[in-house]
Amino acid sequence: MKKTSLLSRIRESRLFWPFVAWVLILVFDAIVEPGFFKLGIIDDPVYGKHLYGNLVDIFNNGAPLMLTAIGMTLVIATGGVDLSVGAVIAISAAMGAVLINPALGNELISNEVLTRNATNTPLPIIVLATLAAGTLCGLWNGLLVSRARIQPMVATLILMVAGRGIAQLITNGQIMTIYYTPYFWFGNGYILGLPVSIYIVAIVLFFAWILVRKTAIGLFIESVGINAKSTYYSGINEKNIKLLAYVFCGFCGAIAGLILSSYVHSADGNNNGLNYELDAILAVVMGGTLMTGGRFSLFASVIGAVVIWTFTVTVYSLGVPANALLAAKAVLVMVVILLYSDYTRRLMNRLFERRGSEA
Amino acid sequence: MMDDSSNIVKMSGIVKSFPGVIALVDVDFSLRSGEIHAIMGENGAGKSTLIKVLTGVEQPDKGTIELDGQLVQVRSPQHSQELGISTVYQEVNLCTNISVAENIMLGHEPRRFGSIHWKKMNELARQAINRLSIEVDVTQPLENYSVAIQQMVAITRALEVLSAKVLILDEPTSSLDIHETNLLFDVMRKLKNEGIGIIFITHFLDQVYQIADRITVLRNGKLVGTYQAASLSRVELVAKMLGRSLDELDAMSRVKSQSKEKQDKQRLVEAKGLSLTGALEPIDLELNANEVLGVAGLLGSGRTQLADLIFGIDTPDNGTLIIEGEKVQKFSPLESLKRGIALCPEDRKEEGVVEDLTIRENIILALQARYGWFKFLSTPKQSEIADKYIQLLGIVTPSPEQLVKNLSGGNQQKVILARWLATNPKVLILDEPTRGIDVGAKTEIQKLVMQLSEEGKSCVFISSELEEVLRISNRIVVLRDRKKVAEYAGEVDDKTLIETMAGES
Repeated sequence: MKKTSLLSRIRESRLFWPFVAWVLILVFDAIVEPGFFKLGIIDDPVYGKHLYGNLVDIFNNGAPLMLTAIGMTLVIATGGVDLSVGAVIAISAAMGAVLINPALGNELISNEVLTRNATNTPLPIIVLATLAAGTLCGLWNGLLVSRARIQPMVATLILMVAGRGIAQLITNGQIMTIYYTPYFWFGNGYILGLPVSIYIVAIVLFFAWILVRKTAIGLFIESVGINAKSTYYSGINEKNIKLLAYVFCGFCGAIAGLILSSYVHSADGNNNGLNYELDAILAVVMGGTLMTGGRFSLFASVIGAVVIWTFTVTVYSLGVPANALLAAKAVLVMVVILLYSDYTRRLMNRLFERRGSEA
Repeated sequence: MMDDSSNIVKMSGIVKSFPGVIALVDVDFSLRSGEIHAIMGENGAGKSTLIKVLTGVEQPDKGTIELDGQLVQVRSPQHSQELGISTVYQEVNLCTNISVAENIMLGHEPRRFGSIHWKKMNELARQAINRLSIEVDVTQPLENYSVAIQQMVAITRALEVLSAKVLILDEPTSSLDIHETNLLFDVMRKLKNEGIGIIFITHFLDQVYQIADRITVLRNGKLVGTYQAASLSRVELVAKMLGRSLDELDAMSRVKSQSKEKQDKQRLVEAKGLSLTGALEPIDLELNANEVLGVAGLLGSGRTQLADLIFGIDTPDNGTLIIEGEKVQKFSPLESLKRGIALCPEDRKEEGVVEDLTIRENIILALQARYGWFKFLSTPKQSEIADKYIQLLGIVTPSPEQLVKNLSGGNQQKVILARWLATNPKVLILDEPTRGIDVGAKTEIQKLVMQLSEEGKSCVFISSELEEVLRISNRIVVLRDRKKVAEYAGEVDDKTLIETMAGES
């Protein structure tokens, strides 16, 4: 009796399914691609000794998505959705690039500028401005949803469409290359042999967890997502809860934008963070949060993001061309949706219960 | 009853249950052609479930439906339309941005050379709507017309395109003014004379007597009876809706007033001319400590609106609300919570419980709301509070970690009560706290309310069950048509109450 309940408790844990999915993909990799798990230490002339290998890449390249998924989790838990995070990433990246660029995008970049490796703005200000830009975007979304009472999908669609235009306005319509090595640290640097971005994800995840689980905010978010009306009748300001979720999502998007632009050394209004909103939604759904809102787990969403990146790296290492990646991803989406459907759930439960009673 | 041959619809022995609730128990219903048949009952009486069964939205667990003497199984709303049963809802489900003619003919447009024959379509639509003898330019977009005309268009569509023999009008008059209502009634009478059977659902007593031939009364999912409108007095009707028979009325006649003398009437809440357009006419009301104020009124009498105003769900557009000597400026549940006002809302499912949270979380929700975001009650503290109220109110559950959706209605109600008691309110407003819960839980909640008032709280007890209002109230206010029509402080019998509620003496 007790054993069954432990088993079912593990099975019912939000971390269980995304974790199983991850392990399955890793097992697949181990069979198909024996070198997949190879880790090595490289002595980089710029960043010093650090770890390299597919697993490191998954976490390093996947960091922006993990961050986006953390923010998206709270929004979806309130029963909303934020389609604009991809655009928010682009806006933040553009903000960072434009502040660094000594020419402010108006002049042609001369060789002299390139070799100077300098910036007009101190790095802390650049970082703060980048984060502020994304947070402001989140505030805009939050106000539309909570105060103007526009449906989340429509409200965030506005910034999804407009955001990339805004990003291009900021960079004057150009893809802005960044020539300032200290900025590259966020996306390429290492601390104790591990990528900086992993530490950033860990810190954000930790603070987000504190924010939602050590205060009443997490409970209120879940309550709003399950039944906003009852929550309002209980004396909770459901508007501010929603607002907070969108603001936080924008903030997470901004950090993702910072890392992404730092990683690729440029800001491209059209392509930075492209489709990130959809991947983030997929990660959250894989983490077991319902699109209708309610119970959520930040950790499960992060694992969901890890699954998506592991899948991406796997597909690449199988030699699938980059332009076919979306088609491959569609298969992943389909499998996830089928696995999470009520029908499959019921089937699984029945299967497990029968096992349990036999044992 | 009468001869069965003229029945177009005959439903017999309909049983329908949902998880945890039995919505209909062995209900019979018949509709003759050329008749307007009103279905009456309070919330939760089973009116909408009965209609859903007839229109194929729900499948009955038991029972049969006959149409024109033929046994049928209504598989879906679509199927019911094919069978000639059409429903026009309170909120018209048409497309307001396309023309009247398109709305009427949608899906049945006459065609010529593969495309829509507009001229013919407009002509057909015009003929169709003329049948109701109303003047409408069918080429205008529907949104240019009032809700009343939109309903006519919906009715026209039902009659012409779907050639309905049975027309169901679900609360059609609730957003119409008197003139529009009369217009609708003219149309209904006309259709009746053409042999259409009309089912009319409303909570306006006046209108029922104005237009209905027969009245079927449901109560708690059971059939009370079907009556000729002409031979059923208003008072009798109300008594039946509330589950009383006139004979036993005189026997039960007292208002609880023993604890009245010993109290020194500490005024907690005072409303002066409090009103909200379309919801409540100006009302004066006082709530005192150590007192249960009963509010009696039928569905649509403004009883819930009164509760919502005092609790700050809605902001009144006139009048003042004074709580403990202070005039309320800002109306919101959070402000009320801070002032010590609590509301257990009528709609337990939509406005009360948060189903997918645990009992513990549901109980501490309002208290936590008062503490704010950052002063988070620790889990042990939460459990302590939850355990205390689970025991105090006798909530039946294996554990406080159980999800609230797994509880029965009565226990869910107790959880909401616990949520508010945990905030230690001074004024407790209970809107239909005993609806849909079993007899045992009912008595417990009644007892608890009396106990709370003796402990110094002011309780407002809103109920359509007169018996319990009479039993536990010190004072009774009667609402009718969004107005306060009477207040009884001393002895009153329920016959008087029913007469006041029905608006007939």
